[in-house]
Parts: sequence; structure tokens; C-alpha cells
Amino acid sequence: MALREFVDGATAVARGALDSGCDFFAGYPISPATPILLHMIRELPKTGGVAIQAEDEIASISMCIGAAMTGARAFTATSGPGLSLYSENIGLAIMGEVPLVIVDVQRMGPATGGATTVAQGDVQFVRWGTSGGYPVIALAPASVAECYSLTRRAFDLAERFRVPVFLMTDKEMFLSMSTAAVDGYEAPPVRARTRAVAEPAGTSGLRAEESHLPYRFEPIDRTPPFAPIGGEFITRFTGSSHDEHAMLTKDPAKVGRLNEHLVRKIEDHADEIALVTADPQQGARTLLIAYGITARGMQEAVQRARAAGRPVSALTLQTLWPMPERAILGALEGIERIVVAELNHGDVRREVERIVYRAAAQGRRVAPEIVGLHRVDGELLEPQQFLALVTP
Amino acid sequence: MTETLARADTVPCSTYRNEREYPFCPGCGHGVILNHLNAALVRLKLDPKRVCIVTDIGCQGLGDQYFVTHAFHGLHGRSIAYATGIKLADPELTVIVLIGDGGTGIGGAHLLNAARRNIGVTVLVFNNFNFGMTGGEHSVTTPPGGLTATTRGGNLERPLDLCATVAVNGAGFVWRGTAFDKTLPDVIADAVQSRSFALLDIWELCTAYYVPNNKFSRKALDAMREELGMPMGLVHRAERPEYAHALREAGAAEAGQPVLPPRPLRAAFPSTLDREFRLVVAGSAGGKIKSTVRMVGEAALLSGLWAAQQDDYPVTVQTGHSISELILSPREILYTGVTRPDALVLISEDGRKMAGRYLRGLTADSWLFTTPEFAGIETPARKVVFDPDAAGVRGTRRNLGLLATAAALRRLGLFPPEALEEAVRLGQRSPVAEESLETLAASAAVAKAALKGEATA
Repeated sequence: MALREFVDGATAVARGALDSGCDFFAGYPISPATPILLHMIRELPKTGGVAIQAEDEIASISMCIGAAMTGARAFTATSGPGLSLYSENIGLAIMGEVPLVIVDVQRMGPATGGATTVAQGDVQFVRWGTSGGYPVIALAPASVAECYSLTRRAFDLAERFRVPVFLMTDKEMFLSMSTAAVDGYEAPPVRARTRAVAEPAGTSGLRAEESHLPYRFEPIDRTPPFAPIGGEFITRFTGSSHDEHAMLTKDPAKVGRLNEHLVRKIEDHADEIALVTADPQQGARTLLIAYGITARGMQEAVQRARAAGRPVSALTLQTLWPMPERAILGALEGIERIVVAELNHGDVRREVERIVYRAAAQGRRVAPEIVGLHRVDGELLEPQQFLALVTP
Repeated sequence: MTETLARADTVPCSTYRNEREYPFCPGCGHGVILNHLNAALVRLKLDPKRVCIVTDIGCQGLGDQYFVTHAFHGLHGRSIAYATGIKLADPELTVIVLIGDGGTGIGGAHLLNAARRNIGVTVLVFNNFNFGMTGGEHSVTTPPGGLTATTRGGNLERPLDLCATVAVNGAGFVWRGTAFDKTLPDVIADAVQSRSFALLDIWELCTAYYVPNNKFSRKALDAMREELGMPMGLVHRAERPEYAHALREAGAAEAGQPVLPPRPLRAAFPSTLDREFRLVVAGSAGGKIKSTVRMVGEAALLSGLWAAQQDDYPVTVQTGHSISELILSPREILYTGVTRPDALVLISEDGRKMAGRYLRGLTADSWLFTTPEFAGIETPARKVVFDPDAAGVRGTRRNLGLLATAAALRRLGLFPPEALEEAVRLGQRSPVAEESLETLAASAAVAKAALKGEATA
């Protein structure tokens, strides 16, 4: 019999971070994300890393950004109210192209809301939570094993794209104990950050005192190679609109190219970031879509429906941003109704509507009906609630 | 631990400036301070690759662009927090923060805590008593009566004494002076070499706003220090451990220890459970409900089952309810909500108040395990009342959750009692483990007494 452990999502996330080579953590206590702070304070000294409880959430993410630019694999964890305080610095991390993994253990909002109550109300918030509307990456684990593997993927994506990557979980997935097979943890590799090499003398645009250009990206969707602060090349970091030297600029050509780069380095690679678990069934007319803790109730409902001879297809989203558009459109064969289930008022439903309706309009086809299954009372969506919406 | 500053010994730099010209207003002190900083760096002979200038927002925030060192230009008020992260990650790096009086206001929490930690960064405050970049609004250091765009009748707020604030809160090196001070290069060099949190409150003239609005001048600057009673020169010097080094040293003893290893539980006990079973334990915070149910879950794994535990509790710690749900199954558990428990263990009034929905979900096929206090609850479920006193079990009050749950498990027979004993031995340390094992032993008597009572009734 496979060896199993009784473990919570928080431990799996912390283990995933440590196994990813995380060597810097800064955080501030907040329910229900505090266990990550405690794990990292206890564990990071063992690996020679640094963990600190900062004076507030603004300092937490600021310290992470500073550390990341010296080459550290930086990590922080919070919940909705803390994420609000991260907001401006999320923009800085996007603008300065900072590799950073942020765990958002969602709790019920708005405001203080339910500090120890499950919710999934931050999906749109993480995407649009800073000024300018620039993209980030967000992953959502639907099991303890995925808490581990998606944390590793988050670190890999952060290194690859130099952007804040959110691991979006929730109070129940994070704090509840579940049973996991010890050899059932997938361990995707975490790549090293692409390092800058010295530009040869005479390189166009290179100043006498420079040996590399911190924000030269070519082509436009490519993440610039990294040179750490304190490293062998004098390097610059800035949150202002900048040229390839990281010097402030208002030149429309340079500013426009930079801002297009920040979008395209993510969106041109959306298919490479997309992770879903598709569970299609022949003859199904209903497609259920869910993510995180809600996907577990959905998977239970799918088992029950099929046991009762009712065909149904299901799609679990592990990537929330950028939205896995191709996977969603690819799951629509024969589907007349899509049910999007989530513990909010329709954060992902509105994305599914956008994607499906646009594709239908472009193809001059009738779109499937899209039904939102929402729950915001602090309870999980029950399998019966899914079953009630499966087309007979 | 002694720190050696990285020095460009082989090729001393004659300047750390690049060829770009400063963009500051005529008469502004910013360029003067930056020149003093350059002179200090030349004096220190630092390797420019081992220096990072961190700038805040405002006119001084442009300053890093004129140096051939590493540069970090972040958000308003957060420069000290970025500098802290940089220094924590690279403790031997020389980190110099350029911040305005505005930044010390909005970033006040970072200033205070950097001083408390004594993080080894040098902070140069370009203090010109107002916001020069946004139009001359007042700042935390605007003098009493100062006329600004936002104090049109004169400033009513007391100016923040930056030096006194950081000195009393743990900074290692604190100095106040003006941009006109010829000793500034030496002071900056001393501050960097102090290997402590160093703050230099450097007063200067904002010729765009504060000077014309207040008929302010170099002479007025001198007069102001008398009026404010803020001392000039070296205000404070203290030797304290530098935080970035101290933090690493504090954790050094842990190095190499295993990191969060899995705790696999090998199935060693039999279970005949062939369906999902939902157990709910409802008690009070501080009653070890969560840890009890966790051990039951571990005992289930030791019996080859799958388990899932969800806890509910108020935001307070040692008051109110504590309710744990545990699902046991021979298969993987997907949905973890519990509306209809197969068994409810109810042991306190706090638990009863919050257990209404579980009580309502009980049927003739389910169980209610409780204490004499709640024996009167009407339920269609099979009701078992555990009475430790009647069973002759003493001193178990604080372990009532474990006692009642263990007794209930003896009745339910989901797995052998030895599995729970093994979970205690694996999960708890002495002397807590011994106490728990005693409780488990006592649960046999309690369960037996309940059976006997039912037979008599």
C-alpha cells in the first residue's frame, strides 16, 4: 500500500517553496495565511535562507522585491486585506519585472469579512489589483498534491517571466487536513533565472559605464536577462516608465514598446502557462467548470452523475490568469450548458462568458447557455448543487 | 562578526558619477548633497559593483541616475523597505537610501522599524520642508507657521524630529546638518562605515516652492534650528548588532537540519469501513478539539483509510467554540463538506450553540455522543451519554474532547483503539503523550460505563 500522510495545504505549499529553492520570505500575520509565515520562519534558516516578519504588508512585499532583485527567490503569503496593501507594489513588480511568488489564501470579503471563512472572491482582484491593467499569472491548486506541485510551477513561471505569480488558494484547501500519497507529489522543475551576459563594447545604445542593459528585450515578448543588484554588472531597477538603460523616459515610442512588452511577454505565451484537467464524457451536454476547493465538490458530483447514468463533462482550471482560453473552447464539443461554479459572484463566469460568446460571435454560432453556480455564505458548494444543473 | 566593505583596491574610482547632468532647479540643494555623496564614495574607495543606491519618489528620487553604482528606484515612501530586503539578501552590500521629507512621512513605519532593527543601511534625508515635485505641499517636517500650498495660513502641525525618532528607537548613527555643511562627505563616509542603521537629516532649500513662499534663505535655515530646538551634528551614536548579520547568525545553528520532511503513516491496523463516515466533534476553544481530531485522522491513516479534517472556530483564541469535522473513507475523499454527520460528539455549551445544523442533520442511523450536561437533547439519533464521574474517571476535564471522542470511537469500531494510541505516540511528545495515553485508557472505562447504563435503563 502506498505510504500516505495526513497533511494540510499550507505545509504542501511551504514544502513546494522550499524545494523550489526559495531563499527569502517576508510576511505579516493574517488569517488564514499565517501558517506559511510560521513555516518559513522555522524552516528557511535550515537552508541558509532569510525569513522575516515585516512591520506591515507593504514592507513585506517591498522587502521581497528588493531581495528578488539581488537574485533571491522571493516568496510571500497573505489574504485579501493584505493583498489590498500589496497592490501598489504588485504594480512595481510588474513594471520592474520582478520574479515573485505571492500566495493568496482567500478568505471572505469585503473588508475584514470572515477571517476564518472560505471564499474565492479574489480572482478578478489579483488580475486587476494594481493600476494600469497589466497582466500577472495566477494558479489555483485543487488538492494538497497540487498545493505542492503548483507552488513549484509558480516559482518556475516567476523565474521565466519575471512577473508576480499568484498561488490562489483558500482557507479550506490551505488549513484543512487531507490524505496524500507521499509518492504522489508531482515535482515539476524550477528553472534558473536567465542571467545577463556582458554586451560587447560598441553595442548600440550601450554607455561607456555600462556592461549590459537591464531592460533590453528582443523580440518584444522576451523577458530581459537578469543581472542581480550587487553582481558583476552595474544594474538598475525602476518603477518608472523607462528605456532599456532603466532611465526615466517619456519618449512615446519607448514607453509604448515597454508597455506592450509587459503585456505580450505573458499573453503571447498564455498557452504555455495554461494548466487544466479536462474530464470529458461522450454524449455530455453539460460542462462543469471549477477551480480550487470548489473543483473537489465538482469532481464528486461528476462521479455521482456518471454512476447514475447521466453523462457530464468537467474542466478543472489550474491556471486562472491568463485564462486558459484554448482549453475552455476545446471542451465545448456537444455542450449546450456550461456551469461555472465558484465561491464568489461570478469572477470566472464572466471570463467564460467573454471567451465563449466572443468565439460564438466570430463563428456565427449559437453559444451554449452559461450558468453561474455561486455561493458566498461561507459554505462549500455541495455536489447536489452541481447535479441540479446537469442537463437531463 | 566583522564586516569588510568591498573595496576597489586595484582601481580606485576618481568619481562614482556618470556624465549625465543633474536636472535640479537653480539653487536647489539636491545636487550639492549628491556631490557630497560622490565625494564620500571616493573617500571610501568602495567597489561600485558592491554599492546600491535606493531612491524614493520626489526630486531626490531622480538621484540614482547620476551614479555608476547599482540603483533601485521604487515607490513613494518604501525605499527603506526595499533597502532592507536588499540588505537582508546581501548583507555585505553597501546600501544607501536617498529619501525626501515626504517619504519619511508616508513611509514612517519603515523608518521606525529599520531603526528598531538597526538594519545596516545609510539613509540620506533630503529635507527641504515641503513636497517639491508635486507643487510645494507641506510635509511632516514643515516648520510651524510654514506657508505651503496646503498650509495657506501657516503650518499648524508639529514638525517630526526625525533624528530624535530614530535615535530613541535604536538607530546606530544619527546626524543632522545642512547641505551647506562642508563636512558632509566625511559624515556620509562615517555613516556608511558605522555598519548600523544611519540617518542623516540634511536640511536644504527648495528654491521652487519653500524659499519663495516663506522668504526662506540659508540664514533662515540657521535661525530655524534655534527656534525648533533640534540639535545639529552627531545627534546619537550607539553600537548594536547589525540586523542582517544578526538574523543570519541567529538562524545559523539550524543550518542543515531536515526541512519539512513528510510524515508518512504506514497502515498497520485493520478497518472494515466500506463507505464515507462523517464524524463531528463540537467543543470549546482551548479544549484540544483540533488536535484530538487530527490524531483520529492519523489513526485512520494508520488503519489504511483516507481522512479529511476541517476545523471551524471564531477569530478569538481561547474563547468560543471549536468544531472539527472528520471524514473517513476507504477511498480518496473529494468533497469535504459535512451537513449530515454519522456521529456527533458534543461536549460543551460553546459547541452546542454552534452545532445546531449538525444536530438537525442527525437521523435514526446516526449517533450523538455527549455528556450528562446535554443528556436532555432530543434527537432521533442513537444517544450515548458519557459520564466520567460515574465511570470513576477523575481529572480528565481538560482532556474531555479526547476522552469522549476516544470512547465514541470504541463504540463505533471504525478501527482498533490501538491505532489511536499509535497516533498519540507518533504525534505527541512526553509528557503530553503520557497524559493522552492515560486518557485513552480511561476512555475504555467511560465507554463501558455508558453501555452498562444503557443496559440498566
